[in-house]
This record gives sequence, structure tokens and C-alpha cells, in this order.
Amino acid sequence: MATSLLEVADLACRRGGRKVFERLSFSLAAGEMLTLMGRNGSGKTTLLRALALLVRPEVGMIHWQGVDVRAEPEAWRGRIAWLGHLEGLKGDLSVAENLLSAERLRGVPSAEDRLDSALVAFDLSSLAARAVRTLSAGQRRRTALARVVLAQAPLWLLDEPLNALDVPAQAAFRAALEKHLAAGGLAIAATHANLGVAGRMLELSRQT
Amino acid sequence: MSGFAALVSRDLRLVWRRPGDVAVVLAFFVVATTLFPLGIGPEANVLARIASGVLWCAALFAALLSLDRLFAADFEDGTLDLLLLAPWPLELAALAKCGAHWIVTGLPLALLAPFLGVAFGLDRDSLLALAATLLVGTPTLSLIGGLAAALTLGARKSGALLALLALPLCVPTLIFGAGAVEALATGGDFGAHLAVLAALALVALATTPWAIAAALRQAGE
Repeated sequence: MATSLLEVADLACRRGGRKVFERLSFSLAAGEMLTLMGRNGSGKTTLLRALALLVRPEVGMIHWQGVDVRAEPEAWRGRIAWLGHLEGLKGDLSVAENLLSAERLRGVPSAEDRLDSALVAFDLSSLAARAVRTLSAGQRRRTALARVVLAQAPLWLLDEPLNALDVPAQAAFRAALEKHLAAGGLAIAATHANLGVAGRMLELSRQT
Repeated sequence: MSGFAALVSRDLRLVWRRPGDVAVVLAFFVVATTLFPLGIGPEANVLARIASGVLWCAALFAALLSLDRLFAADFEDGTLDLLLLAPWPLELAALAKCGAHWIVTGLPLALLAPFLGVAFGLDRDSLLALAATLLVGTPTLSLIGGLAAALTLGARKSGALLALLALPLCVPTLIFGAGAVEALATGGDFGAHLAVLAALALVALATTPWAIAAALRQAGE
């Protein structure tokens, strides 16, 4: 059995006084994918945000290679590529500017040499110079996914990655995800749709 | 390029793409200050006496005008999550955002103020002193305003709340900023006033980034 890179044990979160989930445990090894399923309000997004340390869990531990991620939060954040409900794009910047700006904000000074492959992966080359505010919802989602690919982070945290994507864009996403997993990356995705990528599944149920 | 420089550069680029936002702030400053000589009349002594106070108050209100969007835009488009997830201290990101805000508001206000001071009949030394006090004092306005903007993130009527939070905290800067120019005109100790302004800026620099970062983390939850 492969050694786990990410271990989550007894995680519990509370939002607005309501218990969202509790005693949640799972582990992921290199190349593994975990799909979070569950009804609206079951805590999929909260779990993703807790893993990214954007939400403080009530109890529980998150370990990466045996080390508590809260001991080195900046190093942990550097290992995450994030795709939230919102795309995280600036409407007044072009597609290319958004992608390069996001990389620079991650402290990566030069990503120009990798930009083309990220744009090609999501068929964005012809839109590279276009301001994001002029793009459709699907094109913006593709841009956000290209940002995830460009980050070259070992762990992808994705919230409804297929939102607004057409069939070719969904195929492009699957190809990028499979490539990431084949290279030893990990991914956790909250979704209502079938991602079409082999992996484990975690069903979250709404707490009362 | 470090994350800090990248964030300053990104925010400046965004302002460059949408210059109307800064133009409104500067236009407000010009209109608000020029209304006073028109309303009070051409009495040179009166205008010269109130000039520094009027210009400083107008600069404070103008700076506040643009502050409610400082973090709200990032909050609304999801880029705040990217800042919270950046692998470098959020306190530096807060400082970068306030720094970019100062470059596009505080700095132009300080450079513009002497030209408006002419309408109040200020002499050359007073005009230079006014610019100097605004150069030293406006970073405090951006930092304190940044804190108020972070604390009111996601709140309804955040603009009014922001003003209510920021204005009282800016009073010492306002008093010593306006007082410095008056001190120069009345033979007082201009240097001491300027030193206090600088000290206030340093205190704001040393404290607000941590408070802003904490408020942003809270908003991100």
C-alpha cells in the first residue's frame, strides 16, 4: 500500500453555531483523487476551506508527510492549488495577466515559460490577451482551471470544477487532472457531477 | 518579483486600467477644497488661516472615498482567497494593498494640495509645508483606512461604517497635519509637528498590517 501524503483525522467543523461535519478521517497517497459528494449544505466547501486553512476546524488534525500543516502554514499553502466557487480572476486584467499575476502572488517570479502549455490545455491561447470581464462564464472557469494547472502544486483543491464548462472543456479538465495524478499529484474535488476520473469518494451528509 | 511587489504591481495595473476611480477621488478633493474660498469669500487672512485644516479634511475624506473597495473587490471576485492562500505572510499583503492605495491616492493628493493652497492665499513656504505634511501623514490614512476596510468587509453599508471607524482614528494625524502648517505660519515648531506625524505613521505601519490580516482571515472564514 502506498504511503499517505495527506492524512486527515477526526476533523470537525462548525459554521454559524451549526455542526457541519465531525469525525471526518481520510488519507491520500501520491496520485490519488478524492471526490466529495453530498447534498447542498453538507459541508463539501467547508471541508475544502478547512483543508486550505481558510476555515478553522473545531477539532482534528491535518498532516502532510507526517507534519501538522498548522505548524508550517505558509509552506502548506504553497502546496495547494485552489479553485473556489468564485474564479479568483480580475476582470480588468487579461487571461495571461491573471495567470501570471496569480503565480507571482504565489512567490513564483517567472511562469512565462509554462504559460503557453497551461493556455493550450484549456484552449485559451486565442483569448490570452482578452480582458477577463469580456469572457463567458465557461471561459472564465477555464481560465481559473488553467491557473490551477500553472501552479504546479502537489495538491489540488477544487470546488465544483465542472461548473459552466462545455463538453470539450470538461474533457480538457479530465485530461489535465489525469496528468496531474499520473505525475504523483493529489486532488480533492467537491462536485455534484461525475468527474469521470478514477478515485475514491467521500459522501458527506448534512448534520442537523 | 516577490509576492509583495507583485501585489503592488497588480493593484497599480488595475488602477491604470480603470483610472476613473482615482480621478473621482482627486476631483472630489479639488471640488471640496475650492468650495471653501467660494463660500467664505475673498478674505485673505481668513482663508490662509483655515487653509491647512480644510485641505487636510478634504484629503482625509477623499482618501476614505476610495477605501471601501480596497478589499471588497478582492472579496467579491475570489482573489482574496488567493491572497489568503499565498505562501508568504498575509501581513505583507495587507501592507502591499495599503501601499498601492497610498501611491494612487495619498501621493497625488499631497502633490495636488499645494496648487489648491494657492486659492487660499498660502505663501510658498506654507505650500511646501502642506505638501510635506500630506506626504508624511497620508500613509497613516491609508493604513488606518485599510484596517477599517478590512473590518467592514462583507458588511451592509460598509462605506458608512468604514468612515465611522476610520475617522476617529485619523484625528491625531489630522490635528498634527493641519497644525504643522499653522505652526510654520505662526512661528511655532513645524519640525516637531512633522516628527509627530512621522511617529504616527510608524505606529500605524507597525500595528495595522497585523490587525488587517486578522480581519481578512476572519472575513475569509
